[in-house]
Amino acid sequence: MKRFLGFVRKEFLHIFRDYRTLIILFGIPATQIILFGYVVTNDLKEAGIGILDNSKDEITRSITAQLMASGFFHLETELQSESEIDALFKAGDVKAVITYGDNFSRRLTSEGVADIAIIADGSEPNVASLVTSYASAIINDCIMEIATEKVIFRIPVIPEVRMMYNQEMSSHYMFVPGVITLILILVCALMTSVTITREKEIGTMEVLLVSPLKPVQIILGKVAPYFLLSFINVIVILLLSWFVFRLPVKGSLALLLAECMLYILMGLSLGIMISTMASTMQQAIFISFLGLLLPSLLLSGFIYPIEHMPVIYDYVSFILPPRWFVVIIKSIMIKGSGLSDIWRETLFLAGATMLFIGISLRKFKSRLE
Amino acid sequence: MRTILCLIRKEFSQIGRNSLILRAVFIVPLLQMLILVPAVTFEIKNVRIAVVDNDLSQTSRGLINRLGSSEFFIIEGYAESAARAEQVMHSDGCDVIITFPAGFEKEITNGGVGRLQVIVNAINAVGAQLSWSYLNAVIRDYNMAITVTPDLTELQIPPPAITVSNRFWYNNMLDYKYYMLPGILVILVTAISFLLSGLNMVKEKESGTIEQINVTPVGKYQLIISKMIPFLIIGLADLSLGLIIGKIAFNIPFEGSLLTMFLGAVIFMTGLLGLALFISTFSDTQQQFMFIAFFFTMIFILMSGIFTPAESMPDWARKFNIVNPVAHLMRINRMVMLKGSGISDIAAELKSLTLIAIVFTSLAVWSYRKRI
Repeated sequence: MKRFLGFVRKEFLHIFRDYRTLIILFGIPATQIILFGYVVTNDLKEAGIGILDNSKDEITRSITAQLMASGFFHLETELQSESEIDALFKAGDVKAVITYGDNFSRRLTSEGVADIAIIADGSEPNVASLVTSYASAIINDCIMEIATEKVIFRIPVIPEVRMMYNQEMSSHYMFVPGVITLILILVCALMTSVTITREKEIGTMEVLLVSPLKPVQIILGKVAPYFLLSFINVIVILLLSWFVFRLPVKGSLALLLAECMLYILMGLSLGIMISTMASTMQQAIFISFLGLLLPSLLLSGFIYPIEHMPVIYDYVSFILPPRWFVVIIKSIMIKGSGLSDIWRETLFLAGATMLFIGISLRKFKSRLE
Repeated sequence: MRTILCLIRKEFSQIGRNSLILRAVFIVPLLQMLILVPAVTFEIKNVRIAVVDNDLSQTSRGLINRLGSSEFFIIEGYAESAARAEQVMHSDGCDVIITFPAGFEKEITNGGVGRLQVIVNAINAVGAQLSWSYLNAVIRDYNMAITVTPDLTELQIPPPAITVSNRFWYNNMLDYKYYMLPGILVILVTAISFLLSGLNMVKEKESGTIEQINVTPVGKYQLIISKMIPFLIIGLADLSLGLIIGKIAFNIPFEGSLLTMFLGAVIFMTGLLGLALFISTFSDTQQQFMFIAFFFTMIFILMSGIFTPAESMPDWARKFNIVNPVAHLMRINRMVMLKGSGISDIAAELKSLTLIAIVFTSLAVWSYRKRI
């Protein structure tokens, strides 16, 4: 035990005397949380819109005015004909063009029909579908208004909505937990992934191996200081999400902290595992950075909900711990869930941690020969 | 010139020796693109509805049927009380709860208004907004249908019909693969070439071999150029590989000119590699470089608008994107590939990229010290 503590102390000294790396380690997560918290959002605001309105009558003007008043759109340009659309889309600033049929009001009063087409730039499908559905909703409201004005029309069913868990419809609720999940796993895995390979590359590994320390002690000793560092990072990140993004912690804070500890332990052991498998630092960096970045960005449900992916990705993402942590952190913070709601996800994280440490120990031993 | 060629040859033989690098450069992008590109959709479909029907009437059932047959919703189940349904939502068993109050149908037949209670899980605010507007559309249709059904109320004059139709250009099915492939490709090219070139330089510093070059008469700019060109070529090879995968595996259209796209890519890579080498001159260890690279690439990627629209970002972020090379290349790739935009359409992006390339490369040359 004393030997182990001595080793941990040595590791602490190694890390804390390199103040440059230390600044980087504390600076990165804090800066990124703030940046990404603001930046990663899919709210629609001020999307550039073109209007093609050849009739310019009372009704079309009022619909256009309603669209622009919503705050979702801003009028980028007015077109004369449909042939201009292609050039506009190619230049990229106009996301959709709203075209009114010719002689809009006149046809509406004489024939009782008129049409509006929303032509959207499909090269960005997420923007295109947001723009079309928001615009259709606004236009349909206008139509309803016009309809109730013109004829006695009774609306029999009126739905009343309550937006559960997120009355203010803040997009931070969706994305800040995801950003936390993403940054913690990457920073943790990157930190430890070079530790053991570094010793191998410099040659100090042999010194460690001939020492009476057991492999498990070496591995735990390597993890311990980073665990402390990451835990401080967790605290900073949670404070930021509380003060800057007004994310609530509806559930138990103790449970949240415990889950975060489990998650960073998982990230650190994943890094250690990579470290025992790689033979050079360059290898370790490539595996942890390239191997983790995109999968944890795309398959964790952080930006794109897994429910909407093809079914097979439900299984593919099953093996990715970030996916489970996103559920855990959202449930505790926003829904106020207790351990009984998230025990399965917790168990999975614990299992993954054990697996990573187990593999590290096995790989580590084989190097002793 | 000959010096540069020799140095480049040296870099290539070093890279070629390292089988891992080759794997990382070609197999990783291949696998990740094949797995990740088809994953992403932002389509709202299969929104799960839990129904609390306290009315059990023809009208409520009619609306439920209508919702169930819409492509956006599935009726997940019925709950006996609102409280029970909220529990289901709490454990993520449904996304929307619809409650029909008792006497719902009676109210409507008496000429009043039937009020429905709708609860939407709004953690994903935009998703909730979309589900809500789809739900509204279904209810609107239903309203139209029942007001003209003679047995419910007296016949009324239908409202004037304005039809709203949608069309999507360049990607009429809103296939997300068309959107994700250029984006993921940019990320992979960025991460790979940034890491490779920077780590290469820092490693030479760490192991001391850079001193051997420093004592030779090789000039600073010659050295920097020779450290850039191999990785520029690797990056372009990756880009080509990605485009081939896109064509073969996903049949992604390529409307514009390949030349335009590669022109953008070459300028982009020059800037990116310049930045990587600039950072490497003040990193002491590979670990430090890795973290700084992580910091920059993450910021470049997430702020570029690859995953979430750049237009949704606050103004300061959009200003930042002027110096964000990834944002420019991402726009160029999507515009050229999907819309067939030409040089004149992407002139602004090319100009910014050129400026970025000049600044970062000069910084890299300027900050490099031939010291022992």
